[in-house]
Amino acid sequence: MRTKLSWLAGPYVLWMALVVIVPILLVIFYAFTTANSVELAELEGGLAGFLSMFTLENFARMGTYTVIFARSFELAAVATVVCLLIGYPLAYVMAREGPRFQRMAMVLIMLPMWVNFLLRTYAWMSILENNGILNNFFESIGLFSLLNAVFGLDIDHFSLIRTQGAVVLGMVYNYLPFMVLPVYSVIIKLDQSLLEAARDLGANTSGVFRKVIFPLSLPGVLSGVTMVFVPSVSTFAISRMMGGNTQMLLGNLIENQFLGGAYNPHLGSAIALVMMVIVVACMWVMNRFGEGEEQAVML
Amino acid sequence: MSKELIRLENCTMEFDGEVVLDNIDLYINDHEFLTLLGPSGCGKTTTLRIIGGFQTPTSGTVFFDGVGINSVPPHKRAVNTVFQKYALFPHLNVFENIAFGLRIPKTDPETGKKVKLSEGEIRERVMDMLRVVNLNGFEKRRVNQLSGGQQQRVAIARALVNRPKVLLLDEPLGALDLKLRKDMQNELKRIQQAMGITFIYVTHDQEEALSMSDTVVVMDKGRIQQIGTPEDIYNEPKNAFVADFIGESNILDGIMRADGVVEIFNRRFQCLDGGFAKDEAVDVVIRPEDVDIVPEDQGQLKGTVTNLTFKGVHYDTIVDFYGFKWLIQTTDYCPVGSRIGIKIDPDGIHVMKKSQYSGLFGDYSSYSEEYDEIGDATLELQDEAEEGERNED
Repeated sequence: MRTKLSWLAGPYVLWMALVVIVPILLVIFYAFTTANSVELAELEGGLAGFLSMFTLENFARMGTYTVIFARSFELAAVATVVCLLIGYPLAYVMAREGPRFQRMAMVLIMLPMWVNFLLRTYAWMSILENNGILNNFFESIGLFSLLNAVFGLDIDHFSLIRTQGAVVLGMVYNYLPFMVLPVYSVIIKLDQSLLEAARDLGANTSGVFRKVIFPLSLPGVLSGVTMVFVPSVSTFAISRMMGGNTQMLLGNLIENQFLGGAYNPHLGSAIALVMMVIVVACMWVMNRFGEGEEQAVML
Repeated sequence: MSKELIRLENCTMEFDGEVVLDNIDLYINDHEFLTLLGPSGCGKTTTLRIIGGFQTPTSGTVFFDGVGINSVPPHKRAVNTVFQKYALFPHLNVFENIAFGLRIPKTDPETGKKVKLSEGEIRERVMDMLRVVNLNGFEKRRVNQLSGGQQQRVAIARALVNRPKVLLLDEPLGALDLKLRKDMQNELKRIQQAMGITFIYVTHDQEEALSMSDTVVVMDKGRIQQIGTPEDIYNEPKNAFVADFIGESNILDGIMRADGVVEIFNRRFQCLDGGFAKDEAVDVVIRPEDVDIVPEDQGQLKGTVTNLTFKGVHYDTIVDFYGFKWLIQTTDYCPVGSRIGIKIDPDGIHVMKKSQYSGLFGDYSSYSEEYDEIGDATLELQDEAEEGERNED
């Protein structure tokens, strides 16, 4: 819709162009070139030189990182599923309870987000460290001596930090609100008369949930899944802090190419681009799957 | 006389200390088309929701086929509801909306086992029902592609396909335009007769109630004001509220001088009512169409025409009799300012006991007041707020 006020969107369009479109173009450019090919092209000059600058060399090296790709998507997927398993029931209960419970639950969910992300994650580190709060607690109740005595072991701590579990925990802890909020906001808006109609037609409580509430809450689930999965798959802070250097993820790999010792922005761009394409493809498939529901909710 | 199917005994409903239903007693016969009629906030929807199982009365008992069903949840009741705003499932198409109830396994009363209908049987019953509501070929449509009237019919089909003993309808035609309403009224009546089941219908539209029902229950302020056939309700209203709510009425103060003799404006009129104490103060209802206009010198009462509105079939004539203004519907043209006389046949005079509603209705001296009220936003808001509170529960 064109109105006289459309120029008001101008600054935003400009901003988007500068900080989104241009960088993406730059990433694409870097991904299809190498430091070497750019140098050679400059020497050669002309159109032929320009064309010879582009190469698939970076992508050819991608196979080396299959393990990291797989680990990133796997951990992000696990974190997303865990968020869904915890977040959906929580959102459902919140939406069905009274306003007082809703307010309280909302504050409890939002409260950690007011604390700095790094601080929160450091807190988890000090809990999970080998000589951290949790292990000290187990020590103090004599759990380790008991286990050692019974199973003939020789342990003085559980390895909690620097494991895949710790990384998933960090993801779930940080991104759970992004699952709860969209699901909650869809369920709370459900027309109560639909639930009454389902009961009226013979559905018991679980039938009402399976046949009406869940299908109608899918759009919320989809946006929740997106909002948890995307930051999880590209995180580098959580994996570094909770996983040490044992659980390198794509985020760390890319970071390493731009800021770390392996400095190679061309390769970093290529990895980022591949990751982006896979994520977009995942989202596209999911949205196709949920398209019918989206339409239905717009009614 | 058909047998009794549903009985509400001493049902009272309170929300936050506010009495919405006040000790209602009501029975509903099998195969009956019964309408709960009243203004918003009168308790008619609450009564329907109690029968549907969505609300449990604060006190009192609901019987179905002689069995108390207060604690039976909605999904185990042999009633189905057509909701006010249809409440169709937006994620399902027309076919699946109608099949919703059929796809739920039912417990067989004899074997106690869950029985599931076969896909073929479901298909057959849904298609049959689509024919009944005249929506052949619509089964694949999404419900949001349908017009209001079509959605309405899907809602009716979705309820009826379960073969309930009773269909509850909560102002089902409220959202439709006038023409479609008239069509759907006939349609509903036809479906009710064809299926041979009980309909309990909630509306605030008196014309709808009169034209469709076997029995009309007029409600106000959480109480039943009158139960009767449409003819009874119109011709023999029990109090000033019913007289005013159903059709137009002139309601006058009268004194019963003897059986069959009532005094209005110090003049005695013949009437057909009796059984009142001698000299008992009463309300007298005279319908606007029951008044004959005659030359002034032949009239039982004499007055001056103060207002005249042409309505097509008749004139709405407002006549001032000794300071009290009457509405008379007549095909005679009487210009404003002319002096006329009127005659009323004994069967045009209805005598009612005095009630809490006496003196509130039936005076046309403020003919345009109702119009002013419609334009008064504060009154409207109040009404809606009250309605809203009720709907929340």
